[in-house]
Amino acid sequence: MSKKSKSAKSDAHLASESDLKKRIESVLRLGKISGADETEVQLDETLDALTRFANNAIHQNVAEHGIAISIRTVVDGRTARATTNRLDEDSLRAAVQASLQLAHSQPKIPGLLPMPGKQRYRKISRFASETAATTPEDRARAVKKSCDLAIRNGQVAAGIFSTGQSQLAIGNSRGLFTAHRETHAEFSITMQDDPAASWAKANSGSVRNFDPQKLAARASEKAQMAKDAQELAPGKYTVILEPAAVLDLVGFLFYDFAATAVADQRSCLLKRINKPLFGKNISITDDAYHLQQLGAPFDGEGIPRQRVNLVQNGVPRNLVYSRASAKKAKTKATGHGFALPNDYGEAPMNLVFSGGDSSIEKMIAATDRGLLVTRVWYIREVDPYEKIMTGMTRDGLYLVENGKITNAVRNFRFNQSLIELLQNVEAMSPASRATAEEAFEMVVPAMKVKNFHLTEPTKF
Amino acid sequence: MLRPSFLQDAQKSGASMWDLTTTALDSAKLRGAAYVDVRSMHIRQRDLTTKNGQVGTLAQSESIGIGIRVLANGAWGFASTDKLTREGVSACAAQAVSIAKASALAKRGDVKMVPENAYIDSWQAPLRKDPFEIPLETQLELLLKADAAMRAVKGVTLTETDMQFRKIDSWYASSIGSRIHQRKVISGCGIVATSFKGTEIQKRSYPNSFGGQYQLAGYELIESLDLLRHAPRVAEESVALHSAAQCPEKTGTLLLDGSQLGLQIHESVGHPIELDRVLGQEANFAGTSFLTLDKLNKLKYGSEIVNVVADARIEHGPGLGTFAYDDEGVPAQCTDIIKDGQFRGYLSNREMAQLIGLSRSSGTMRTESWNRLPIIRMTNISIKSGSGSPEELIAGTDDGIWMETNRSWSIDDRRYQFQFSTEVGWEIKSGKKVRMLKNPSYSGVTTEFWNSCDAICGKEYWTLWGTPNCGKGQPMQTMGTGHGASPARFRNVKMGIAFSGH
Repeated sequence: MSKKSKSAKSDAHLASESDLKKRIESVLRLGKISGADETEVQLDETLDALTRFANNAIHQNVAEHGIAISIRTVVDGRTARATTNRLDEDSLRAAVQASLQLAHSQPKIPGLLPMPGKQRYRKISRFASETAATTPEDRARAVKKSCDLAIRNGQVAAGIFSTGQSQLAIGNSRGLFTAHRETHAEFSITMQDDPAASWAKANSGSVRNFDPQKLAARASEKAQMAKDAQELAPGKYTVILEPAAVLDLVGFLFYDFAATAVADQRSCLLKRINKPLFGKNISITDDAYHLQQLGAPFDGEGIPRQRVNLVQNGVPRNLVYSRASAKKAKTKATGHGFALPNDYGEAPMNLVFSGGDSSIEKMIAATDRGLLVTRVWYIREVDPYEKIMTGMTRDGLYLVENGKITNAVRNFRFNQSLIELLQNVEAMSPASRATAEEAFEMVVPAMKVKNFHLTEPTKF
Repeated sequence: MLRPSFLQDAQKSGASMWDLTTTALDSAKLRGAAYVDVRSMHIRQRDLTTKNGQVGTLAQSESIGIGIRVLANGAWGFASTDKLTREGVSACAAQAVSIAKASALAKRGDVKMVPENAYIDSWQAPLRKDPFEIPLETQLELLLKADAAMRAVKGVTLTETDMQFRKIDSWYASSIGSRIHQRKVISGCGIVATSFKGTEIQKRSYPNSFGGQYQLAGYELIESLDLLRHAPRVAEESVALHSAAQCPEKTGTLLLDGSQLGLQIHESVGHPIELDRVLGQEANFAGTSFLTLDKLNKLKYGSEIVNVVADARIEHGPGLGTFAYDDEGVPAQCTDIIKDGQFRGYLSNREMAQLIGLSRSSGTMRTESWNRLPIIRMTNISIKSGSGSPEELIAGTDDGIWMETNRSWSIDDRRYQFQFSTEVGWEIKSGKKVRMLKNPSYSGVTTEFWNSCDAICGKEYWTLWGTPNCGKGQPMQTMGTGHGASPARFRNVKMGIAFSGH
């Protein structure tokens, strides 16, 4: 990744923190002279690039640079937001006016809190210069090597290699100011070995934390193994879920840990807080400061994120709170609120499972009959209280017999309660950062789960 | 009133937007691009929601910028910027060319495209009432009244309403000489009542779930939906579902309302006919398609009464897939997808059309915004109406289940095996709705399902539904698609399996 080409090296870079502060202060001044009681300004800057390949060649290759300023004003107990990416003073003044006009158009909001004042933040560093410096040529060379591997193995590669940097700053008229910048890199590859396929993916703040060629090799090997799939009867199976499969399933659980979701009576945790719900081996925290996490250490109002024990030994113990939901519940905000105004309040965004001491290899070796699941796909909620999710297995489903992988299996549709899933975990690997396609990245283990409900096999 | 510069000056800025597209074309060509197309876009949006009688979200946004797509060294590059100066746009064009040259390091052949004419045109989607001119107070008052009408029903534990409006101006120019301005206004709204009781959360929505109904229309759409008349019914049904019988697990006759049939079309016809999926370009993310090229004009997709078109023309109606030109400068078209049950056509662009030997793109390249590459997307994928009313459809059914308003949807990555659930079901016995059913679901295989269709209701019951949230591409793009449908009947469908074993 280190070899650079002068021709493609981008001169673009994120604005400095002092620039951000100046911009935000100038909008705060506009808010004041426009008659706002309070003003909050959020600035987002994105500098992203993504190289996409299919049929063993690059077919899409994109880059974007954008800055948006979002302004929330409060006037007479009312609040609203206006966002623009036009940064000249007239446009920003117009956006302030638009926010005020929206705010004036509604009834007073009962219990609207004043904006928070200055906060203290824990420093975190999530900006990797090697990621920011990655060029289109760097990505193209890595992609070409993966495609060459596919060609050598008689397969067809498709995927992405993306790198980028972004920053977020929030300031308000009560003196709060905070800013965060980070880099992100992602490589994902599907190796097609007609009619079979398999997949591997990594996501990190640094391009040095994964090796595209290793991911390509793993996907290639598993695609070969996925050929000649046999059809099995539907039923309840022991499954070994790779971390990507765990992630995409459990990702649908965590919006229920929002205090607002419980207050709105749409959470599966209604009547279930502080009662045994999952297996005793399940403990989950929300921890923005975990070394494998990305994201800002503050929420949509600029409140510092707290580490929250959500589930302890199978018992849901705590919810996450915005300032508004915390006030209603007479507790403290945990720094998980979304930017105001919104309908959903808050959510945990940096989930970390405690994990176990097994491994996928050990789980396979200890399984008499079961299925190894590479990833799952198109997961949707069938029942909101029992958290029954439906979806498909995809890109590599394998039969495990007497401690060994013996055959590929045709994909299945499942209808599985997440609550029952987390009651039925028999073994876990240590947790590490996982990435898939349905949920945001989390630190999760691979899991061996009994009685996983596979309802219908597919034709392939 | 809002200051003009925030939301209402797209027309004024048109002249400068054309200047910038010209700068982009010239800069890219100067740096070696063999082909260039440029989209400058100005997107404005208003979002209003209420929850439990209070205003929830109240926000307005605008985004303006330019996206430049080039072919250089036989490969594609794309770059976008919101720095709308000559210098900013020239640098963006240079970046696009540089990226294309990097793409050429891993190419398997030069990109070729079918020919297309150059067009100079300006088009505005028909509109009776500009939603951005309707007072915010009027819009909020309607939502708060609907919210109150739902909350008045005992047993309702959560009420939600929403309205969204978008105004999109785009200035398209290409190196073959096209210059096309289009303006589109999209409106949408919906209401939802939720009831939690015991260990169940039940929900009813109107006019559709997941945001409601969306069309390429103005505030007249909102007024036509008559939210206040439907709010009490929606609320009462959400409570009544707790007392309803569980949908049985069986194979039998399924009747779908138009909104659910629209989503069924979206998932099991609209996506598999996307030629980029068919040719493997989406294999890593959205998936591929069971509709391999050998099936064109040979596969019996559905029964003989099944006729589906991809129609982006305004004559088809004010759909989310209606436009005058796609984002590759190709005029809107109507393409037969399924004719008398036979599979007849794909959604294509100029490059994919070339790859499979077609003479012309079907005009389905669409982009979410100035900072996204146009990709093949659904336009309005609609099933043609049949005859008769929903009442006649029910009267002609001896034993079946009517399912209404989507609750969940899932389909495999080749778009072949699906499962849907809806908010409510009604058991039909001897031609009559006899009782409400909760937690209804059905599943099947795409071609078996469409071949089991034996009745489609008439044109007066046909609605052009809007799906505003279709995700595809990397980076992800969200696109609105249209799906005209009227209620229909299907035989020998597997039902109730989503809850089996629970």
